[in-house]
Amino acid sequence: MSNFTRRKFLKVTGAAAAASSALTFSSFAIGGAKKKVVIVGGGIGGATAAKYMRMMDSSIEVTLIEANKDYYTCFMSNEVLAGDRSIDSIRFGYTGLAAHGVKVVHDWVSGIDAGKRVVTTKGGKSFPYDRCIVSPGVDFKWDAIEGYDAQVAEKIPHAWKAGSQTMTLRKQLEAMRDGGTVLIAPPPNPFRCPPGPYERASQIAHYLKNNKPKSKIIILDPKDKFSKFGLFTDGWKRHYGYGTDNSLITWVNGADGGAVEAVDAKTMTVQAAVEEFKADVINIIPAQKAGKIAFAAGLTNDKGWCPVDGKTFESTVHKNIHVIGDSAIASPLPKSGYAANSEAKVCAAAIVSLLNDGKAPQPSYVNTCYSIIAPGDGISVAMVYAYKDGKIIKVKGSGGLTPSEFDPEMRAREVQYAHSWFKNITADVFG
Amino acid sequence: MKRKLALSAVLIVSGFAFSTSAVAETPSAAMLAYTCAGCHGTNGNSHGPATPSLAGASKDYIVEIMEYYASGERASTIMGRIAKGYTKEEIEAMADFFSKQKFVPAKGQKFDPKLAKKGAKLHDKYCEKCHEDGGASSEDDTGILAGQWTPYLKYTLADMMAGKSHMSKKMKKKLKKLHKKAGDAGIEQLLHYYASKQ
Repeated sequence: MSNFTRRKFLKVTGAAAAASSALTFSSFAIGGAKKKVVIVGGGIGGATAAKYMRMMDSSIEVTLIEANKDYYTCFMSNEVLAGDRSIDSIRFGYTGLAAHGVKVVHDWVSGIDAGKRVVTTKGGKSFPYDRCIVSPGVDFKWDAIEGYDAQVAEKIPHAWKAGSQTMTLRKQLEAMRDGGTVLIAPPPNPFRCPPGPYERASQIAHYLKNNKPKSKIIILDPKDKFSKFGLFTDGWKRHYGYGTDNSLITWVNGADGGAVEAVDAKTMTVQAAVEEFKADVINIIPAQKAGKIAFAAGLTNDKGWCPVDGKTFESTVHKNIHVIGDSAIASPLPKSGYAANSEAKVCAAAIVSLLNDGKAPQPSYVNTCYSIIAPGDGISVAMVYAYKDGKIIKVKGSGGLTPSEFDPEMRAREVQYAHSWFKNITADVFG
Repeated sequence: MKRKLALSAVLIVSGFAFSTSAVAETPSAAMLAYTCAGCHGTNGNSHGPATPSLAGASKDYIVEIMEYYASGERASTIMGRIAKGYTKEEIEAMADFFSKQKFVPAKGQKFDPKLAKKGAKLHDKYCEKCHEDGGASSEDDTGILAGQWTPYLKYTLADMMAGKSHMSKKMKKKLKKLHKKAGDAGIEQLLHYYASKQ
């Protein structure tokens, strides 16, 4: 039954009928017809959607279900690895959302019944909805590398979901001897935060340069190119001797056998396609797929990601369920925090309009992404996106990278703007 | 009047800087403005320390500045790249949205009261005529200075003085006079004054 006919039904039959039919039409609130939106996942996408939905239409009941009481941003977590930032500075809670009238529930979502429109949790609760937003971030393909699984990740961290994993890796870097080897293994495409592994290499190099200068970083990459490639490698030359015999960073690309096939946690050995590497600290960032609940709810395609309509982010598999953030296929938008924030606003506006019997509004999206190569040397990529002929498109002539020519004044400003971006986006999401 | 003329002259010169790849339908003002929040704060009130607040600035001022960013007449790290992504109509819609938001002065910026006092005098003498109410007003289609994030103001002034960013003739004259009289220290004093307006 569509929203429209349900509302008409309500109008005609009155509140008594609504109450008595609450069991049949699960989306009815008892004693009224408040529209209900249930959001699964309180990361950047989910939290933004919750806040903006309440800002746009405070008559909608918004419930956000998130397992953790604290959220640690992945962005800026590389500065924590370098020792330049505290873990507390990337930790955010949900009191800000509660102040916007969002009902925050800390529980683990175990299932979504698309037919009955009910979200169920491990805690045994059921949450009926008119519309549901799924924003679960990424999950890892644990079977992609022999010898690497969730348990081994306690010793050999991925640190690709910030928090305790970030601290494990930071402590290992601190404990490492001068002259040690740090091995970073970025994942194959597509994955969360395309420039992230290379910013991580930069930030760890910055720490080692000042504290353990005899040490080395080896990047074992299954790919032959990566995001902001020219800007990163140019920065590595400037700061870390990249390309010389004495480089702090060595990048082994896919063509040269960079793909990691197996890990032995006991001997701290990594088997790559051609050679074997021994290291003191190993950071494996596994191949990725949509978050667990996306699979459980049947929202994924054969590649493990969620197809959506770019105008509303409604799943093309299940009606009334929207998928945003890293799990969604929103290309050409990247899997970034800014994109998740932008997608959430488009999705929230669409849902508000659809729940009020309107049509989905024309979207506008932006992505902005900073990376810090060294203190005072920041770079960025940006793009404006529009919706045209049923697709998300890049707006021609917009966006692009920091100019390749090194301008120290502008690079220092980019760091200032990166930190400003961090303060503003986190306030926009959680504040 | 003079300002309007100057503005239209710029538009004629650089009228093609904005995106011309218009989409079927223009997104709403709010939809467009929401995309800015990641850097400029929810509804255009920035949490700093460097990105400026947009809330409360006049519509014409924002449109003019975005035009300068898109055409390269105003130096920037990232804004030029982003400004090029919108049509004139979209920029106007966004500017209208931000002009209707309430400006919240930046909190917690450090300042020296003595320097701020000197800065206030300099502001009165050289800036107040256009940046009215001690730099808190945008009514004369100028930027809000009082309570603005000062790293941004510092970058902007430096770029203007270096000839990398457009500045009106009037401002050029006044800024030159101020700098001649009070030097770099005078610029610093001004910034302390704007930071003090919390």
